[in-house]
Amino acid sequence: MKVFLVLIVSCWLTDIWLFASEVPFDSVTVEPPSMAGEVLVRDKPNDTGGTLIIQWAISADDTAAGAGIDGYMVYRSKNVDGPYKLIRVLPSGSISFEDTGLDDGQAYYYRISSVKDQLESQIVAGGPAIPSGQWYHTKRTPILVLMILFCITAVVFIVKAKGGYTFYVRPIAGIDAVDEAIGRATEMGRPILYVPGLGTAADVATIAAFTILGRVARKVAEYNTRVICPNYDPVVMTVCQEVVKGAYSSVGKPDMYEPKDVFFITQDQFPYTAAVNGIILREKPATNFYMGMFYAESLVLAETGFIAGSIQIAGTDQLIQIPFFVCACDYVLMGEELYAASAYLSKEPQQLGTLKAQDWGKVVVVLLIIIGTVFSTVGWSWFSALFDIG
Amino acid sequence: MTTGQLILNGIAAFLTLCIFSFLYKDNPFYKFAERLVAGVATGYWTILLYHTNFTDKVIEPIFINGQYHYIIPAVLGIMMWTRFSRKWSWISRYPIAFYIGIGSGVSITVYLYTYLFKQLQATISTPLTLDLAGLNVLIIVIAVLSALIYFFFSSAHKGIFNVASRFGIYVIMIGFGAGFGLTVMGRVALLVQRIIFLRDYIVALFGG
Repeated sequence: MKVFLVLIVSCWLTDIWLFASEVPFDSVTVEPPSMAGEVLVRDKPNDTGGTLIIQWAISADDTAAGAGIDGYMVYRSKNVDGPYKLIRVLPSGSISFEDTGLDDGQAYYYRISSVKDQLESQIVAGGPAIPSGQWYHTKRTPILVLMILFCITAVVFIVKAKGGYTFYVRPIAGIDAVDEAIGRATEMGRPILYVPGLGTAADVATIAAFTILGRVARKVAEYNTRVICPNYDPVVMTVCQEVVKGAYSSVGKPDMYEPKDVFFITQDQFPYTAAVNGIILREKPATNFYMGMFYAESLVLAETGFIAGSIQIAGTDQLIQIPFFVCACDYVLMGEELYAASAYLSKEPQQLGTLKAQDWGKVVVVLLIIIGTVFSTVGWSWFSALFDIG
Repeated sequence: MTTGQLILNGIAAFLTLCIFSFLYKDNPFYKFAERLVAGVATGYWTILLYHTNFTDKVIEPIFINGQYHYIIPAVLGIMMWTRFSRKWSWISRYPIAFYIGIGSGVSITVYLYTYLFKQLQATISTPLTLDLAGLNVLIIVIAVLSALIYFFFSSAHKGIFNVASRFGIYVIMIGFGAGFGLTVMGRVALLVQRIIFLRDYIVALFGG
């Protein structure tokens, strides 16, 4: 089996069959290539485990001055005496290999040989090494530092907001349109459609969508209108049900809450889209909200809503989908505007404080860009290297 | 094309036309295709999740491999079922809170790494030079700074701040335009693929 693999690899790498057809067999003196240099095997640092890095010094024949080789064969065993199994054939010029999918705590031994024209060099042994996972990614310390600074800033502003300090949030057209759109639905006697997107309940955009749904549902309950909320994710549906139920209770109309209006459709993108399209055409909602994470279905939904004559307000942090919403919707909350809308509508100290902290974060980023560009221009590349955290 | 393939492709072609009929208006054919695809997808995902989650993450680890720590997420999953009871439905809020908390916590480092550190490094790592490459870097830096200024929410956009913010929104719109064109090209390719499928089916059906 090993010889067969060597044959295949050498044929593939060197087109040996063409060469052999032109040169008489008895005139060729074939010698095995020089073996690889020292082999070092070590656990991959800063990983979740199960990976070893195998490094070796290049074969003397694998250089510009050398005779050339076809590649390197990597063998692995759990015992020093074998049996060794061929796990990878690497092209010439290779000096390392990451062996993944290993068992943590198990010692592994490796052997490397170079190969040319089906002939293997002497084997160089390496190991043992034991893969393990690390709890702390040392290269990501800058993220930790930034997180701590951000958290401190956010906590300071949250405490200030809780103390009664009013933060200014600049007007955003899409937010101001929310109340207007709900009023329109009430006047027309038609329902409101709220689509929370295809994200999971743990996605930031979906979390912002929950807050906006809470505000919409409260207004809907006040005006005795109806909100339809078709869901893609069962957990998102559960949260949406809780949010809408809470909104009805908060305005003193818990009996008006209709659980069947917040429902699950399917967890498949285009069947979900087809079903929501059908709802738009049949229920003819006066207002459509698309808030959360959207993918290829964004334009299909927004176009259908446009055809149905609904006012449409969209908000997503999916950059590729924003242009489609811009084309087909009346108002769009772009990227971080969605999070700002959430804070603006809820007026919760936690969200307002975090929004303020985010703005300070942006100030820091602006300063880092200016300083970093100046430093790179004068040749101090160490500064930009600080952000290369691997 | 064999008779079997002809029948299967015929069903696919019929359903494709049913979905396309939506372009005219809502009709019984579209309703049929819509409900069929939603039903099939739900059934498919139910079975898929049973095999990839319930079997792989509950039955095999706990009952076969003896990995009892898997009981914790299993219990959290069972707690979600309390939603069916009016009296006990409050219990389901705990696994939801756990899920959202873990998801958000994990995504913070990923977001900071991909959306901040990598972008920041890419923006500042190229030096400004007195040539076209340098001009390119200058445009990128100014565009990034002005786009960032647009997303300042806690201060009014007035004076120079307003000028930078307006320039920022133009930059963002140019980016969106490029993204829009690229994606539309991909969608047109999908439409062409579907039309080719219908054409091939008609050719196979009637000969040619």
